[in-house]
Amino acid sequence: MSKISNCFKALQASHKKALIPFITAGDTSTEITLPLMHAMVESGANILELGVPFSDPMADGPIIQKASERALANGMNLEKVFQMVSDFRQKDSQTPIVLMGYLNPIEKMGYKTFAKKAADCGVDGVLTVDLPPEESAGFCQELSNNQLDPIFLIAPTSKPERIKTICEVASGFVYYVSVKGVTGASNLNTDSVAEKLTTIRQSTQLPVGVGFGISDAKSAKQVGALSDAVIVGSALIKIIVENENNQNEAISQVKMLINSMRCALDELP
Amino acid sequence: MPDHKTLSSYMDLPDEKGHFGIHGGIFASETLMASLEALNEVYQDCFNDAEFVKELDYDLAHYVGRPSPLYLAERWSRELGGAKIFLKREDLNHTGAHKINNTIGQALLAKKMGKTRIIAETGAGQHGVASATVAARLGLECVVYMGAEDIQRQKLNVYRMRLLGAEVRPVESGSKTLKDALNEAMRDWVTNVDDTFYIIGTVAGPHPYPAMVRDFQAIIGREAKQQFAEMEAGLPDALVACVGGGSNAIGLFYPFLNDSSVKIYGVEAAGKGLDSGQHAAPLCAGTVGVLHGNRTYLMDDNDGQIIETHSISAGLDYPGVGPEHAWLKDCGRAEYVAVTDDEALDAFHDLTRIEGIIPALESSHAVAYAKKLAVTMDSSQSIVVNLSGRGDKDIHTVATHEGIEV
Repeated sequence: MSKISNCFKALQASHKKALIPFITAGDTSTEITLPLMHAMVESGANILELGVPFSDPMADGPIIQKASERALANGMNLEKVFQMVSDFRQKDSQTPIVLMGYLNPIEKMGYKTFAKKAADCGVDGVLTVDLPPEESAGFCQELSNNQLDPIFLIAPTSKPERIKTICEVASGFVYYVSVKGVTGASNLNTDSVAEKLTTIRQSTQLPVGVGFGISDAKSAKQVGALSDAVIVGSALIKIIVENENNQNEAISQVKMLINSMRCALDELP
Repeated sequence: MPDHKTLSSYMDLPDEKGHFGIHGGIFASETLMASLEALNEVYQDCFNDAEFVKELDYDLAHYVGRPSPLYLAERWSRELGGAKIFLKREDLNHTGAHKINNTIGQALLAKKMGKTRIIAETGAGQHGVASATVAARLGLECVVYMGAEDIQRQKLNVYRMRLLGAEVRPVESGSKTLKDALNEAMRDWVTNVDDTFYIIGTVAGPHPYPAMVRDFQAIIGREAKQQFAEMEAGLPDALVACVGGGSNAIGLFYPFLNDSSVKIYGVEAAGKGLDSGQHAAPLCAGTVGVLHGNRTYLMDDNDGQIIETHSISAGLDYPGVGPEHAWLKDCGRAEYVAVTDDEALDAFHDLTRIEGIIPALESSHAVAYAKKLAVTMDSSQSIVVNLSGRGDKDIHTVATHEGIEV
């Protein structure tokens, strides 16, 4: 069983929700990413999502777009992301890591090389925003050869038939995009999330994470009451860039936000 | 995956998932998948719908002004001293370019699907104008995304769009050109997917866009084929069209794909030269990758990041290309070449002075290659060049380039 599945199993056994923060690797500097990753785990994160920057992030709102631009300006690429994961694994062999990004950098490296290198450095799952199940057979095969979980998105517009198809190719967990929109959206509607999660759970036993539009303890708790995991991204990146010139302050504020979300999630029955 | 060697026709693609060989497909965010599926159903069905075809044909004849003429550029051909050059005059369409063939069709689909809002991306502004035009006519809300740099280059078209009632939203991200406008339009679509129809202006994007836009543009080639047969008998020896995303080119090429005697040339923008790195020629100098919903030839770096392109013509300034062109290159049915900014400018002047036709800078690339090609052929042979748009919009660019203040 994969590290991601084990993580969810352990959390479920103790009736806890997974908290999954997302940051863009190399934003706002290449030095801050590693201490941020450890800090997020210390303050209550269960799985880390590391964004691989891309020049044309079509599914992202302005906050993550700019994060990608900064990371690319800092010279980030897949090899450097692998190095960061490998450095992280020196101290933390347990916390699952999911890479999230777009397909072209992976195509360029080649599916086989990518999957092998990702597995070797300690990555556990991969989410490729612009790779729907229809086009994913070859890629998923390489991931599976290397014991990596393919994480797929489910959207508010996904119909029940399609949800089934997605859940058949996914492993680890599925990621429900809570709003029609790009990352950093603010129009979260928990009633419609609840309704959709019911449909998703009819199709799969996989844990369901919910992301897009979750920015604080309150929204984390609302969503956590419905899902197995809560994903937060843009809110963290906002803190990091607002404290661009003070790495310690950025890390300490990120810890505070994650900690407040952790506490809110732990209040759930 | 179909192999072109086993195909009985070059006109059978894409497959049902939108593949042209290894190219094309659907590489889109999950949120858009339902809409793409719905669009595909409506599109697959539309050419069998007599009502739809009647309305489309009527609009093309009475609103766009089709058929566009096929014109023998006699004086220019004589001066060059080679093949006879015929110009397919898409510049004479309403709004001044081939773009409206497609926007008319997609707007009718939008109406059929009950969408109330249209979005579009634009580079040179021709597709933006064509979208704003059909939106005005159908009373639909229209938002056009345009790179901030292109807004500077194409002020006239920006004002035209605003006059037509469209909102032009400047895109400040990335390279501030066409590719970024496409990203932003996709983001809008994901956010407003329920009421919004995204009119993509070229034969790129996720399936069914490349096939659908081709089918709306193929009228160019169908007309040219018939007109040429009436004027000269038989088939032309060669076709030449400029390729940015490639919609005017595929529109001309598609009906001729199975006519093996007809040579097909797509002309990309070599910018300051293919060796300079400052160009927009993914078919000539790019590699296969995935961008904007499809797999195709791209201009990217070793890390798979899309690189900035350069062309004097905003409409060709795009790092990708339609997947069908990528496939036509791979299977050898079409040949893709590139001409520089300077060659295109020379051709712009030639056609203007010799034939009294001011071509768009995009189309000037096709004109420039036709010049080179014509002299290698004899006077019994013929070339059809797609004159995809008129050059009025480019007069300021040309003047500035030549240090003239208008």
